[in-house]
Amino acid sequence: MTLRDKTADETPRSWVRAVLYDATIRGWVFQGLVLLALILFAVWVVHNTAANLRAANIPFGFDFLNMRAGFDISQKPIDYTLDSSHAQAFKVGLLNTIIVSVLGIILATIIGFVVGISRLSRNWLLARAATVYIETLRNVPLLLQLLFWYKAVLSVLPGPRQGYVLPFSANLSNRGLTMPRPIPGEGFEIVMWSVPVAVALAWAIARWAKNRQAATGQSFPVFRASLGIVVGLPVVLFVVLGAPLSFEIPELKGFNFAGGMVVHPELIAMLLGISLYTATFIAETVRAGILAVSTGQSEAAFSLGLRPRQTMRLIVVPQAMRVIIPPLTSQYLNLTKNSSLALAIGYPDLVAVFAGSTLNITGHAIEVIAITMAVYLALSLITAALMNWFNARVALVER
Amino acid sequence: MSRIETDTVFVRRDFLEPEAPPASLGGFPGWARKNLFSSPFNIAISLSMLFLLVWFIPPLFKWLFVDAVWTGDNRDACLPKGGETVGACWAFINAKAAQFTFGSYPADERWRPALVMIAFFAGLAWIAIPKMPRRREGVWLMLTAFPVLTFWLLYGGLGLPVVETSNWGGLLVTLVVAVTGIVASLPLGILLALGRRSKLPFIKIVSVVFIEIWRGVPLITVLFMASVMLPLFLPNGVNFDKLLRALIGVALFTGAYMAETIRGGLQAIPKGQYEGAASLGLGYWQSMRLIILPQALKIVIPGIVNSFISLFKDTSLVMIIGLYDLLGSIQRNFSDANWSTPSIAPTGLIFAAAVFWVFCFSMSRYSMYMERKLNTGHKR
Repeated sequence: MTLRDKTADETPRSWVRAVLYDATIRGWVFQGLVLLALILFAVWVVHNTAANLRAANIPFGFDFLNMRAGFDISQKPIDYTLDSSHAQAFKVGLLNTIIVSVLGIILATIIGFVVGISRLSRNWLLARAATVYIETLRNVPLLLQLLFWYKAVLSVLPGPRQGYVLPFSANLSNRGLTMPRPIPGEGFEIVMWSVPVAVALAWAIARWAKNRQAATGQSFPVFRASLGIVVGLPVVLFVVLGAPLSFEIPELKGFNFAGGMVVHPELIAMLLGISLYTATFIAETVRAGILAVSTGQSEAAFSLGLRPRQTMRLIVVPQAMRVIIPPLTSQYLNLTKNSSLALAIGYPDLVAVFAGSTLNITGHAIEVIAITMAVYLALSLITAALMNWFNARVALVER
Repeated sequence: MSRIETDTVFVRRDFLEPEAPPASLGGFPGWARKNLFSSPFNIAISLSMLFLLVWFIPPLFKWLFVDAVWTGDNRDACLPKGGETVGACWAFINAKAAQFTFGSYPADERWRPALVMIAFFAGLAWIAIPKMPRRREGVWLMLTAFPVLTFWLLYGGLGLPVVETSNWGGLLVTLVVAVTGIVASLPLGILLALGRRSKLPFIKIVSVVFIEIWRGVPLITVLFMASVMLPLFLPNGVNFDKLLRALIGVALFTGAYMAETIRGGLQAIPKGQYEGAASLGLGYWQSMRLIILPQALKIVIPGIVNSFISLFKDTSLVMIIGLYDLLGSIQRNFSDANWSTPSIAPTGLIFAAAVFWVFCFSMSRYSMYMERKLNTGHKR
């Protein structure tokens, strides 16, 4: 009580002290100052930018997207000509980014899982080879690896006439990988549509099998059944409909191939570089995930009478995946962001087409860079949101 | 049942010498049987790995060393004459070594960047090796006097001829970008990490937005932004250096990643430490500076080294906005008419890869070493 009395009647200025030393008030004042500084900075930047744009005679706005682009793109998944608009060029670039990212993610996942498991193998040679692969490629910049594949490997391949002949009329030369092009015939769409139907069916079966096992304890070969349906249904339909698919075989004409389908050397270099590089990180993630499952888990499974394969599938893998999946997604995200290095070897991705050609032609630096960044940012945020949702679903529920 | 009593008791007083293990279990055959050929599947793997190695290693070795050209003054040395195969063109690296290290820094002034690099590596060894005396003073020296001295030596002025940054290049630019990036991003990262964990809502939102924006976009767009948008943001007439613009971009980008690393460290500090600091009457900044940050930063040293490794690899991206770092200056020399042969691209890229690998691999080993060393502190 005495202490309290003393502070209360110390000086007439005590309320000033109370305000000055109050953490809440200090906090709000500090935040106000930061807000003010940010606003002033933004005003200053906007003012400068407006003045600079006036001086350079570039009006701010997104009208340039409808203007004629006038440059060509080497890989066009959708219709694009010199007369197309910049908006169309943007779409082509975005699609090319998606193509290289999706293919890269698939390849990197396969290589990464194989290498990660190999590194834990009891086979000395295999484990060492996996370690050497990981430690070498992980410590060399991706850009350098892309240049290596493009300039030191693919561009010194022989020309189309002397190219490496591969099975199924494919040919690997310095013009890229030439393959027969599939031409869908009458009724091929039905085969295509049967795939999602089969997947849905397999999912339903898995659900039914899970419920039945929970109720009766009887297990059902879900994997084999699902595989049978997903592969079997389209194949059966394909045969029943009379194989409605023909191939256009590429032919050598002059110094190059005519017809067929070409995977450009830029795309091959991108895929090789980006998937081999990302696979090293995925391999380490996989290894860490498997090591994170304690040996007690597999011992307990064995003591319940499960076989090694069942133990792996039912006990170890589900627990390892819980550890693996969050870093795996961030690796996928990194791969997608790293695909922007395509610019260096001339693969026409979003950055090369839009932040490169369109920016140089129109000079709309702010709009172009902002749109490009927004695309990547949106991708990251969507992935992060999905990840949080997934994590909440699979997270260990502790009592 | 009665016990059989006898006077003669047979007791062996010394141990038998152990038998040698069966020949098939000891030595190399045993080891190979256990580690390479334990099952049909393993035999298949081992044989295919051996086949791969035999197929891959000898030609690589032959290309790198046996068929390689070590000396020469121009492309003639590395051109195949009369049918023989020509491997790596090390003569090219030899002739361009100075350019790959310093770029087009004037030849008479190259002692300056050389001196800076020697001082940098010496200083780094001083503060990175735990047994060195007076490491705290070393850190302060490296953070205060060294940058000033470096700037003076590299750029010039005060008696030294000025060398514009457009003449800098090679390993010099790689190191300048990487080291400036890490040093500038550390304080930024600390502030952002504290901001993200702050109880003040507005500060928290600003930090989260800042961190997530930089982490969500590729570095290449950040560098583009720094090189084409930054000049627009500044008053007309203020036009600063291309290298400096790249440095700003790299520092902001790395700062966001650093913030997340440091946040991890802050989250690992037990709540009792915060409460202990508060019970001693320490204010926010005091408790952060004296109690929390020293512990948090110590935990995340491996993480910081790992971000440094990725930053070091990412410096190669400045090539795309027209700066000539190690990779950039090697790449630029591919079009040198004096040297243009098919083998210089692989040779140059393998050389660059080797340099980057040595730096990154030693840093990752250092990070693992520190991790082991620091692990003992908190174990009970």
